[in-house]
Amino acid sequence: MTGGPKIQIRRVSKAFGAGARVMPALADVELDVAEREFVCLLGPSGCGKSTLLNIVAGFLSPTTGTVRVDGRPVTGPAPERGVVFQEYALFPWLTVTGNVEFGPVMQGRPAAERREVVARYLDLVGLRAHAHKFPAQLSGGMKQRVAIARALANTPAIVLMDEPFGALDAQTRETLQDELSRIQHLEHKTIVFVTHSIREAVYLADRIVVMTSVPGRVKQIFTVKLPEVRDRFAPEFTHYEAEITSVLREEVAKVRE
Amino acid sequence: MASLVSNVSTLVESGLRGPALAPRRALAFRLGAVAAFVALWSALAGLVVAFKLFNPIFLPGPWLVLGSLAELAAKGQLWAHVAATLERVAIGFGTGAALGVGLGLAAGHLRPVRDLVEPVVEMLRPIPPLAVLPLFIVWVGIGEPSKVGFITYATFFPIFLTTVTGVRQMDPVLLRAAQSLGARGFRLFVRVILPAALPDILTGLRLGVALAFFVIVISEFIAAEHGLGYLINDGRNFFLVPQMLGAAVVLGLLGYAGNGLVRLLERRLTRWQHPA
Repeated sequence: MTGGPKIQIRRVSKAFGAGARVMPALADVELDVAEREFVCLLGPSGCGKSTLLNIVAGFLSPTTGTVRVDGRPVTGPAPERGVVFQEYALFPWLTVTGNVEFGPVMQGRPAAERREVVARYLDLVGLRAHAHKFPAQLSGGMKQRVAIARALANTPAIVLMDEPFGALDAQTRETLQDELSRIQHLEHKTIVFVTHSIREAVYLADRIVVMTSVPGRVKQIFTVKLPEVRDRFAPEFTHYEAEITSVLREEVAKVRE
Repeated sequence: MASLVSNVSTLVESGLRGPALAPRRALAFRLGAVAAFVALWSALAGLVVAFKLFNPIFLPGPWLVLGSLAELAAKGQLWAHVAATLERVAIGFGTGAALGVGLGLAAGHLRPVRDLVEPVVEMLRPIPPLAVLPLFIVWVGIGEPSKVGFITYATFFPIFLTTVTGVRQMDPVLLRAAQSLGARGFRLFVRVILPAALPDILTGLRLGVALAFFVIVISEFIAAEHGLGYLINDGRNFFLVPQMLGAAVVLGLLGYAGNGLVRLLERRLTRWQHPA
């Protein structure tokens, strides 16, 4: 492991479509993410933040520019980069256990080891009692916990999260934010987290990358200097919220014009 | 009037059709309907005999149909006919299903295969299979191969098409999730694409079974020496209406059983869709 950044995003642009109907989504995005860092991508809807995450995941290739992980260019999805999706993306034909051990099964891990892994990560998200249920029997919050356990059970160095709590109600959302922050203090992953909630970003992130409206660029980066365990009602917390809100408001206004 | 919507709370709970019947009552209704049908048939046949409306040979009562089946069974012939039909259906449908699922999975997943196979299928599909039966006989003769091959041909289409649909309608985010968890190649296929398409594949198999029993009868009309279709045609030649109806009843029961078997398989394999 070199001392360089874990994820290196260099002059990444992405356009969809072709000919006269080209839609630029990202323009010249530059970003480094350090190992064990929690970075939130924040921006108005349609600003390309999910596109950027999908490029880092290897689901999309950039039109120009490169993404490197540990110095090696990303060419496609790989187990070193776990992904958590807004729509959970659990395999409905597998039980909770089957979903969590999917990665280890693909890696050819022996059954005894898989049992341990499943037990460990289901404990981590508090779902051991539901190990034999199918996704159809779980609530949205429980599904997303399974999805997080499934991503972590594959021991990725990086976890990419695409608005993971966007479909949940406000209560469940805060509970899962608490859990994710607790998990991060145990697991120390490098996390890139897409959200449009400023509160969520301030609560979770070490750094917040505010993006411009279409085509998305990096507008401003905030380093959140708050204690590890954060208080949503602390004056410093609301101060960050207010500051980022004013920056983001300019971008939202541009979209309206 | 228990099954009609009477107030808002039942409407909310069970929709416009009202609450479902208890399983025992539902079964009673179903058995009652069958009994009523047989009773009506018996009554009509009885009326024809009693009032000499027309030659009763045209509408034999259920007892005569059962009698003719019992006679065939006693002579040891019934089983041979049933076995001949079942064997043709099993081989023909089995081959059709294997081809349909195999090619369907490949065509659904791989664009070049789809571009090769789909136009041909789309061209042949609108032709009623029965229109091709004479061709089969010209090509491979009137023996077993044409009968079995004909079932394979007819059942291939629905199974192929539902399989392609199943693969193509798969949620792409599941594919992404699987790939980011390290699944690729053959294992991605077996562990993710196949189970995702399974509900549609099973629907195709159910359509295929029904179609197999549908077309076997016609191919057994032509130059067969065994089989339930042969029994019907033989009954027509010798004016044995009870035998015709008897063979039809047995065909109905076999088709019903075949459908039940696929449904059982469906419930087993896709329990995750409606977990208890």
